[in-house]
Amino acid sequence: MTNSINEIENAEVILVTGSNTTEAHPQVARRMFDAVDRGAKLIVIDPRRTPLAAMAHLHLPLHPGTDIPLLNGMMRIILDENLIDDLFIEMRTENYHALRDLLFRLDLDEVVRITGVPLDTISQAARLYARTQKAVICYCLGITQHICGTENVQTLANLAMMTGHVEKEDTGVDPLRGQNNVQGACDMGSLPNVFPSYQPVSNEDYREKFEKAWQTSLSGTPGLTLLDMTHGGADGAIRGLFIMGENPMLSDPVLSKVKETLTGLDFLVVVDLFMTDTAKLAHVVLPAASFAEKTGTFTNSERRVQMVRRAIPPIPGCKTDLEIIMNLSRRMGYPMEYDSPAEVMEEIALLTPIYGGMHHDRLENSWGLQWPCWDRQHPGTPFLHKYFFTRGRGHFVPASHQSPSEPMDATYPFQLMTGRIYHQYHTGTMSRKGTLLNRENGEALLQIHPDDAGRDNIRHGEMIILASRRGEIRVKAEVSDQVAPGTLYTTFHFSEAPINLLTTGARDPKANCPEYKICAARVEKIRQGP
Amino acid sequence: MPDILTTCVYCGCGCGLYLHEENGRITGSTPSREHPISRGNLCVKGWHLHEFIHSAERLTQPLIRKNGVLTPSSWDEALDLTATELLRIKENTGDQGLGVMASAKCTNEENYLLQKFTRAVLKTNNIDHCARL
Ligand code: SF4
Repeated sequence: MTNSINEIENAEVILVTGSNTTEAHPQVARRMFDAVDRGAKLIVIDPRRTPLAAMAHLHLPLHPGTDIPLLNGMMRIILDENLIDDLFIEMRTENYHALRDLLFRLDLDEVVRITGVPLDTISQAARLYARTQKAVICYCLGITQHICGTENVQTLANLAMMTGHVEKEDTGVDPLRGQNNVQGACDMGSLPNVFPSYQPVSNEDYREKFEKAWQTSLSGTPGLTLLDMTHGGADGAIRGLFIMGENPMLSDPVLSKVKETLTGLDFLVVVDLFMTDTAKLAHVVLPAASFAEKTGTFTNSERRVQMVRRAIPPIPGCKTDLEIIMNLSRRMGYPMEYDSPAEVMEEIALLTPIYGGMHHDRLENSWGLQWPCWDRQHPGTPFLHKYFFTRGRGHFVPASHQSPSEPMDATYPFQLMTGRIYHQYHTGTMSRKGTLLNRENGEALLQIHPDDAGRDNIRHGEMIILASRRGEIRVKAEVSDQVAPGTLYTTFHFSEAPINLLTTGARDPKANCPEYKICAARVEKIRQGP
Repeated sequence: MPDILTTCVYCGCGCGLYLHEENGRITGSTPSREHPISRGNLCVKGWHLHEFIHSAERLTQPLIRKNGVLTPSSWDEALDLTATELLRIKENTGDQGLGVMASAKCTNEENYLLQKFTRAVLKTNNIDHCARL
């Protein structure tokens, strides 16, 4: 996020897209409600009538995968009504004319046809957003998990930049990070192309810096992404995988391919708290300590680095991940010895400019610090672009509509979308052990519109077959008008209904993000007897 | 035993909360009142954060696959085998035969050390996590 979570409550207009915020980011949703109580207007772009959409001032129920034409339509109206921020465009951005050319060629009737949203709703949203001073856009995986995910994000940035809604307090574009420490894992360089602090491995200067610090030679060739590793392992080149706290056998698309890849390895190590579906395939399983049994830091969605404190010693038989890695490195001829997580953080601060001032003693005595935090004296950065707008000017990248990778047809007439629910977390390895969490949302449900259910005589609560071109699963039907006719929605938390057996292998070529949000599907009653 | 202030592991909001400890067991959680995100409030996942910690299903012993079956082993045996196998694959395949999956659920310190391990010991940049999922 460029803003802090608390800034959202001061916004005058909040535009939420591709985020089921009340369920996935409850505290962010709470700030949105506070803002609405103070008079802010809430605009929700979502194919489903989510709880947040139900209470929005404007809900734009677009057809799945049509975010770009919808946002372009909004921008065209903003342009036609001259609600753009000329000064900001002139002073702080570049390539605006390319966007303007694209918008002038845009046919608004076609936008309405593709998105299914009436023109006056689009206009109202455009005016509300453009006319206000403090406008925040929040988006989540509903935007990125498409083949055109990168373009979706750029289009949101175009909208924010043309109206000058960036670089200010209480105003900006905020990606909401799903898991608790996704931000930190990226910051720390758990990515194939960058060292900590996003310093590219292919850059000789950075490489030299890390070679010096680590006293060893390093490769400058960017590595494979997660999906490359789990889907074929670069045509079998990958012979061994070390998996720490991940469960690709449930979270990754096209599970059959993942299984084939993992079982084909010479050696698979899984470090986890529980016997996950991935661990079941491993050659070695190592029991890890939970967050309550170790000290360290997490970085939340607003870049706040905060302490995690050990409350109890590791459960007998378990080791912390730090201990496990140190033990292995010792055995492999490159001992990495640290007395404490605080000492690891000292090394991080030394090599990771945006964490330059992060030390455990500082974090201990505060509610954390938001990066960039360059040195010990630096107070942290609550909102980002003021100091940090990458490479000077904001660059407009116009984009046009791309049809979802998988068209529907007579056999697979539904669009299936996937997401998460309030009581469960990711693949459920942790949250499903919590008894209450399981009692409240203990099984996968498939949302289907009453009209569609009625046609096939599907009853609420009935087990039905859900199939795509890749496979089929059984799942309980939830007849609900949260979804539009022709669309289906379900979650991926449950191993009994592994939805990723069905999802497509198509992905955004730029960000390598799988297209989870949409695939073509059909539903069928389970036939009794022979 | 005083309550321990820590950070929720379930979502990117990052609520501050106290874990209650009794006789070595975590028995519950309550929100921090002053913390800028939680401000005295947690969602249902945060209130029930402690429930998985002492689950009977926690793994408490390393396992090694022997004759096709995952069999309990000592830490030394499991770590020795892991180190040997990783080194063997590295010898045979150069920098392209090994891959590492880090975790968005692990701490920054663990992620840092794991990517250092990947780059400095395994000599590859094949490391990623499920940021995109
Ligand atoms: S308590 Fe709920 S909102 Fe807060 S961090 Fe945990 S999961 Fe997120």
